[in-house]
Amino acid sequence: MSIDTSKVATSNSSAATAKKPGKAGAVANWADERLGLGTAMKKNLRKVFPDHWSFMLGEIALWSFVVLLLTGVFLTLWYHPSMAEVVYEGSYDPLRGVLMSDAMASTLHISFDVRGGVLMRQMHHWAAMIFIASMMVHLLRVYFTGAYRKPRELNWVIGCLLLLLGTLEGFTGYSLPDDLLSGTGIRAADGFMKSIPVVGTYLSFFLFGGEFPGDQIIPRLYMIHVLLIPGILLALIAAHMLLLVYHKHTQWPGPGRTEENVVGFPMLPVYAAKAGGFFFIVFGVTAIMGGLLSINPIWKYGPYDPTKVTAGSQPDWYMGWPDGALRIMPGWEFHLGGYSFALNVFLPIIVLPGLMFTILLLLPFIESWITGDKREHHLLERPRNAPTRTALMVSLMTFYGLMWAAGGNDIIAITLNSDINQITYFIRVAVFVGPAIAFWVTRRWCISLQRHDEAKLLHGYETGVIMRSPEGGYSERHLPISENAAYTLTARDRDVVWTPGSETDESGVAAPGGRLDGLRAKLSTLWFADNVQKPTAQELEEARHHAEHEHALTAALDGVAADGHQFDGHHAVEGESLRGS
Amino acid sequence: MRKELTGPDTGSDNLPAEEPIPNPGLPSHTWRPTDIDEAAARRAERQIASMYLLSMLCVLGFVVTYFVADVGDNWDTILGLGASTVGLGVFLGLALLLIGAATIQWARKLMSDVEMVEMRHPARSSDEDREATLQALSSGAEDSGIARRPLIRNTLLASVGMLGVPAVVLLRDLGPTPGQAAEADYPGAGLEKTVWTPGMRVVRDVVGTPIRTSDLEIGDLVNAQPEAIFPSEESGLPELHGAELLIAKSKAAVIVVRMEPETIIPGEGRDNWSVDGIVCYSKICTHVGCPISLYERTTHHLLCPCHQSTFDLSDSGRVVFGPAGRHLPQLPLAVDEEGFLVAQSDFTEPVGPTYWERDHKDIGDQGEADL
Repeated sequence: MSIDTSKVATSNSSAATAKKPGKAGAVANWADERLGLGTAMKKNLRKVFPDHWSFMLGEIALWSFVVLLLTGVFLTLWYHPSMAEVVYEGSYDPLRGVLMSDAMASTLHISFDVRGGVLMRQMHHWAAMIFIASMMVHLLRVYFTGAYRKPRELNWVIGCLLLLLGTLEGFTGYSLPDDLLSGTGIRAADGFMKSIPVVGTYLSFFLFGGEFPGDQIIPRLYMIHVLLIPGILLALIAAHMLLLVYHKHTQWPGPGRTEENVVGFPMLPVYAAKAGGFFFIVFGVTAIMGGLLSINPIWKYGPYDPTKVTAGSQPDWYMGWPDGALRIMPGWEFHLGGYSFALNVFLPIIVLPGLMFTILLLLPFIESWITGDKREHHLLERPRNAPTRTALMVSLMTFYGLMWAAGGNDIIAITLNSDINQITYFIRVAVFVGPAIAFWVTRRWCISLQRHDEAKLLHGYETGVIMRSPEGGYSERHLPISENAAYTLTARDRDVVWTPGSETDESGVAAPGGRLDGLRAKLSTLWFADNVQKPTAQELEEARHHAEHEHALTAALDGVAADGHQFDGHHAVEGESLRGS
Repeated sequence: MRKELTGPDTGSDNLPAEEPIPNPGLPSHTWRPTDIDEAAARRAERQIASMYLLSMLCVLGFVVTYFVADVGDNWDTILGLGASTVGLGVFLGLALLLIGAATIQWARKLMSDVEMVEMRHPARSSDEDREATLQALSSGAEDSGIARRPLIRNTLLASVGMLGVPAVVLLRDLGPTPGQAAEADYPGAGLEKTVWTPGMRVVRDVVGTPIRTSDLEIGDLVNAQPEAIFPSEESGLPELHGAELLIAKSKAAVIVVRMEPETIIPGEGRDNWSVDGIVCYSKICTHVGCPISLYERTTHHLLCPCHQSTFDLSDSGRVVFGPAGRHLPQLPLAVDEEGFLVAQSDFTEPVGPTYWERDHKDIGDQGEADL
């Protein structure tokens, strides 16, 4: 079959030819003479990005942030960050004549007297959910594929800060309407601050401008929400993207894809179109969600009143796990020298999130310290090929998930019609036992998958064809996988256990041992223990030789229904024999 | 094609000399139908253009919805969301999605899909660049004389560091200290006090009517407030507004329950704090301050809906379950000459969440500190 490809666009590999400057050319010339755009854009316009669906997750976060900026600006046009006491006189009948803060009244105004107001509020809230959720999933992708290894550790740190700030941005944002639910959240936040030893009450009084709730907290949260945190977020996102461009994107290993190159499509036009189009997809999905899915209907909660609460009060989902920790914490509070230590609040809500965040930040540094791996890595690793790394994150995820479930222990009790006390006791134990079990199961699971890969490499893939030997034994026929697939499976590093003294300086002198060398060597051994290494060329050769021998034995059966079921009396068997002779 | 997977400054001893399978190199490009079949390409072109056109129609639909469907009177007509919200959301969403889908379709079907290869460079700068940078830095340092004149360097660092002081000091007026707040002139100011005063009536929340003992049956629960929240001309109390009202409510809210008098286990020194089996407790949880309202009349347990701390109201508000570390403060009750429930005094301990200095200021008999 011959294909005429003479008219096909091959511009990816050919240089554009210069033409006479037209009007656009004149504008470009004007700009270049002042900005030097030509040099700046020369390299980046056709910058190559590799293609994989999982590289799109961070893009969701980026675009949902843009949606947040757009819808947020719209909301500021009507929202009043004020706790002045007003009587609501708007269109929503059930609350007319009720005393509330100006913040709540203006949010009701946006919802019932501004066309598109509910839509914009719901889009803003849904985009915030998508923003934080996609950051989390993106973080998991980066972790599980080992993309945070050198030289990208600092971008991991920036990403973690983005997640933390995004969470705070979410909390300050949903507090702004000053409705009953969010007010309960602020009330709890006041309790959290007061649990901090020594300075707790001062923090609370300074933040609230006096006693809780005062009349300062909403305008202050507003400033933090629309100016302070978004400013930092923008700067960090810019740094995140600049580092991405500087490092060039990681890629999956495969034929022709190495540590030294990046294979994919150019920014202009392919990624400009794909990523630009994807912005509209994210925006569009958010708009449809905002139009069809109700979220945070503050008019049903009513204005904040410090004497009222609704059952099932919960923060937005991303604040759920520390809330769960708060719920399952025993009531440890002790008193010493006339002072109170509210450990029942301070440990789960101030110390634990800080500790978890620190662990998250340090993960790349912990791993490279244990493995002693100081090389640059641009090829991604499959999660199974780093069993301990994968197991560590699954263990942390299990902890997170159990804490998150604890944050809904009342909902679980009602839904399952079970005892909230028993659920709480169970989770108190499970948050310690669960992550350990998850770690062990994940690690063994990864190693099993590695063994499966090795079997595929050495013995071929399972054809599903069952062979019966003359002696009556059954076996499944294996066939070799393609050369490209086999190469992709072997395109990974061999694990090297760190041993003391293995690091040498430029002149080849072993670095002096540190006090922690023994621990480090032990951890490094445990880190790689039981991992399956890829076969050597010799092992592969032997296995192939063996396989060819097997094939020769069974080749006689080729072209014959292998299971012999045609002899069951329901088929014409003329000209066939069981052995295919 | 394949080279050692090493960075510039690392040994290659971590890697075996040979890989089991040599890199076969990039697979050859396969043509798409739109590359080789002009009809397929034109079909894709038409699809893309129609999506852009449809998007424009959706914008029209958006504008029509904006002017036809009003929000004020139809806010729950469709799915409880309002025709306006649903219409605007769906039309805007479709308009955006169609542009996105069309553009991605364009990239997938018609733009070149020949993969390009770009070489990477190590993140570190070259040795020459490092050398030049260090040279520039030391020249700069040399020219400034910063190393030779440590006095200037140290005083500069100290003076710039001192600028942090105004930045912090300026924040001082964010709020009063807890001590200053306690001296403020609004009723019940400070963490140790509430608006309750001896003889102040306990009134129903929302309506503000006083409560007679005979109004309550065994097992009843009433959400109540001090009369100061609902001042009448008769009481002569000042009207509270804004922050003062919210602060007063956030500390003074109580719940009044009636149980069989013999089920009450009075705390030390609390024998006369109840009236005919009627007891009164702070409604503000001692955990982080949520108002508590879920009462189980058979067990006399009160459950906080925020974090499920559970308190036994027949036993001085003792914690029976959950993360709270301290019993609920009890308000001593009495009956005035007209037969209405009144407070004997303010709470004898601070209400709400525990704070650092809580035990420090002795505000009177805390009775059962062991609870």
